[in-house]
Amino acid sequence: MPKKKSPPITEAWRGITFTRRALVVGGAQAAVGVALAARMTYISVIDNDRYVLESESNRVNLTLIPPRRGWIVDRHGTALANNRVSLRIDLIPDRLHNKEMVLGQLQTLLQLDGDAMERINRDLKAASGFQPVAVKEDMTEAEYSSILVRLPELPGIAPQRGFARNYPTGAAVGHLIGYVGAPNAEEYQKARDPLYITPGYKIGKDGLEKYFQEMLKGKPGARRVEVTARGKVVRDLSTQPDVQGKTVHLTIDAGLQEYVARRMGRESGAAVVIDCHNGDILAFVSMPSFDPNSFSDGISTSEYAWLRADDHQPLINKATRGLYPPGSTLKPMAAIAAVEHGVDPSERHTCIGGYRLGNRFFRCLGTHGSLDMPSAIMKSCNSYFYWLAHRLGYDAMAPTARLLGLGEEFRLAGSSQRYGTIPDSAWKMRKYDQQWSASDSLNAVIGQGYVSVNPLQLAVMTARIASGRRLYPRLINREFQNEPLPFSPEALAVARQGMNLVVNGAGTAVRSRLPLDGITMAGKTGTAQVRGLGTGNGKSGTWKFRDHGLFVGFAPVDNPRYATGIVIEHGMGGSRAAAPVARDFMTYLFDREKGMEALETLEAGWGGPIKDRMDRDYAAWKSGASSDPEPGVPQ
Amino acid sequence: MIPVPPAIQRIPWKLIAILGGITGFGLLVLYSAAGGNWSPWAWQQGVRFLVFLSAALVIGRLPLRIFEDFAYIAYIGVLVLLLAVELLGFVGGGSQRWLNLGFINLQPSELMKVAIVVALARFYAQLPPGNTRTFTALWPALVMIGLPAALVMLQPDLGTALAISIGGVVVMFAAGLPFWWFGSTAAAGIAALPILFSFLHDYQQKRVLIFLDPESDPLGAGYHISQSKIAIGSGGIGGKGFLNGSQSHLDYLPEGHTDFIFATMAEEWGLIGGLALLFGFFLLLRWSTRVALKGRTRFGQLTAAGLTMTIFFYIAINLMMVMGLAPVVGIPLPLFSYGGSSMLTIMTCVGIILAIENDSKTGSRRFH
Repeated sequence: MPKKKSPPITEAWRGITFTRRALVVGGAQAAVGVALAARMTYISVIDNDRYVLESESNRVNLTLIPPRRGWIVDRHGTALANNRVSLRIDLIPDRLHNKEMVLGQLQTLLQLDGDAMERINRDLKAASGFQPVAVKEDMTEAEYSSILVRLPELPGIAPQRGFARNYPTGAAVGHLIGYVGAPNAEEYQKARDPLYITPGYKIGKDGLEKYFQEMLKGKPGARRVEVTARGKVVRDLSTQPDVQGKTVHLTIDAGLQEYVARRMGRESGAAVVIDCHNGDILAFVSMPSFDPNSFSDGISTSEYAWLRADDHQPLINKATRGLYPPGSTLKPMAAIAAVEHGVDPSERHTCIGGYRLGNRFFRCLGTHGSLDMPSAIMKSCNSYFYWLAHRLGYDAMAPTARLLGLGEEFRLAGSSQRYGTIPDSAWKMRKYDQQWSASDSLNAVIGQGYVSVNPLQLAVMTARIASGRRLYPRLINREFQNEPLPFSPEALAVARQGMNLVVNGAGTAVRSRLPLDGITMAGKTGTAQVRGLGTGNGKSGTWKFRDHGLFVGFAPVDNPRYATGIVIEHGMGGSRAAAPVARDFMTYLFDREKGMEALETLEAGWGGPIKDRMDRDYAAWKSGASSDPEPGVPQ
Repeated sequence: MIPVPPAIQRIPWKLIAILGGITGFGLLVLYSAAGGNWSPWAWQQGVRFLVFLSAALVIGRLPLRIFEDFAYIAYIGVLVLLLAVELLGFVGGGSQRWLNLGFINLQPSELMKVAIVVALARFYAQLPPGNTRTFTALWPALVMIGLPAALVMLQPDLGTALAISIGGVVVMFAAGLPFWWFGSTAAAGIAALPILFSFLHDYQQKRVLIFLDPESDPLGAGYHISQSKIAIGSGGIGGKGFLNGSQSHLDYLPEGHTDFIFATMAEEWGLIGGLALLFGFFLLLRWSTRVALKGRTRFGQLTAAGLTMTIFFYIAINLMMVMGLAPVVGIPLPLFSYGGSSMLTIMTCVGIILAIENDSKTGSRRFH
């Protein structure tokens, strides 16, 4: 490196250099100072709004108060679903100084089992600061007060009063109302509502609770509190009360609903009762059922397993999702179709114990001799209807069936329906790529073969025959046209007359005549084969293989008001299993006391009301003893 | 005119006003940070200030000669203390910084900030002018800075190590070492940043990374910076008012009475309070810079310049940190933050600078 000529280094030079460099350093310091002032100005003036917001959101903690759910009431205002006060105990981790002692006390006082203790310990580990950990929800007054009196010795415990969903009639409304439950992660993802993760908040999970969720949910209240960084509440700022959800008014008659549910006894089945004036559904029952109260409290796994294990399928709503061959209950419909297609109802056909079609002989249940149309309905003569079906073909009858609501999916609140099949030649071609045959017509006309319907459709069909109008079933006050059916009065009269004879003449359900003066019920029984006749006669043997018992009916005969459709699974026959149920609840509708009398006598034989029986069955199941799967035959 | 006795005239009233103003403002903030209480911080800090101020005034009356004479001994003594910390010091807050002497927890790295400046000033004052641009001027200084900086890094205390280095480097710069040495070292240093980074402790590395992207860890290490910016930003121009800061009172601001006290102040006093404090520090640094420029001896000039830088470094790094311009390093705000060690250091610096000022007033001969 070539030496550069530099000035000689002297004390004076060093002094000048020092002054220069000190000024450089001082200048740099000043520059940093100006930069800091600028930065501070930027943060506190330009970004001020943003940081004010952030400091407020730090300071103020919004606690949501879950809203009280709206009630679900029946046509008279009786609650089918309401709210009751729910007492709960939470733990505040930061106030919990002597964890072992407090938890031990809680365990003895509330009789918490090992599972519960494990959950509490796990939640305590995950929770931080002042975030509450639930110890027990839905406590009894006794448990709650036992904690309250010991509150001073148990630091860290926070008692709370909230609301829980309550279903006064329990299992009777299980399938109709559905139930509520805590939202799951998926539902939270979808809703993105902070309320969904608020402890104690429940949403409708099934049935009407789910369908009317938006109406029922209400508006949450909010409590604004000032909190420290660790979550400790310093003071309350303001509280906005919650707004209870709206009330849903149903067409259901709570008394009837409960009566029908109880009257089903130990049977598995469904019954729907419709008001013939306007299509109001008065009862909508599927039994056995679950107790929606159990679901709302968070059902235990063993209780759920018990429900699932039951071969009577209490988790399935049979009223809309049970499909059954309707059997002879479709004969009044076939009669209407026949008259509409020009058959004279007084024309007679002779039953010789069956009907010959080509080389096959279709059997009748008896040998009825010469019958006109009403008496064929009364006797439920298959031969007569085989003859009609062979003469007209089922394509002539299927449209009538559809006009009466069979095979139709109704716009009905809260129900998912399986709407079954009313077959015709086009349907068979589409489905199986086969020609419709005469024997298909014969099978269909007696409600077997491809035909399947649900109990709701049976009730609608009956209500339409009874009223002569195209009644549309409804659970809430929706306006439907309900225009008259395009059938001749003569055709409807024949069907009604036949149904009257079934109960009040010499028909299949004479034993189910109403025990009332001046009020009569008309109806039609049905017995649906579960298996082919080759494997048994359907009247005995294993429950699973017995015939279904069906009944459709309306009352009073002369001025129809109530129509119903009932299916008793494996009830062995409509006259035996289903018609007596209809008789009793129809009696109840016209004479409540008489109806209750009949029910209480029966219930005593079945082992008490529904809840008692369910509790006992569950206890028995839990203890491993198998409860009797064979239901007693109601009479 | 009332004659003022010379003894009173000699007292640096202007300086006391500046120091008292800054510290008094700090006491108000400490009072608020304790939720409107003189204890536990404000009262003790006030007493401490009076004690250290008296000490500084006493130091300021000492002849400058003493500092020059004892410069090396002091430096070696503090270096030994630093070594002792490595061997015997107790661990607090994850690092080993303090030496328990029974009555006081001494932090020798604080003393080193002063000792290194004084020792280097003496070295360059004695160095013949002709050697200023030779290697002889460089290597002893590098060793003198390198040893304590390395020891402090071992504690580990990155902030103090940087403070020691910067004080020393400014003395070297002021001593007139070739400009390009500093320029090329700075360039090399920037190039070597990744390597230096790898020498840092995990938590220090994390702080640097989070400083570069605070949002990556809003609840963890980035929490300090975020909450500090929220406190300053939400104060606005006029602040939320005395005793009304929610960030500090509700514990959102960690260390609201020590390292992050500026944020505590800015929340309640706003931009006006912040600029006032900056102005106070400006007056203090202007005073010490003027002392350096007017220094009678070369030792005095270099010492004053170095100590000014030491004070400035505290202020600048702390403020940059709380405003999110620098990573979180544990450096308090001089006179403002609660704590004895930093106040001891600052007051020692002030005392020595005062001695230099007195020396240039009383001395008869300037050397150039």
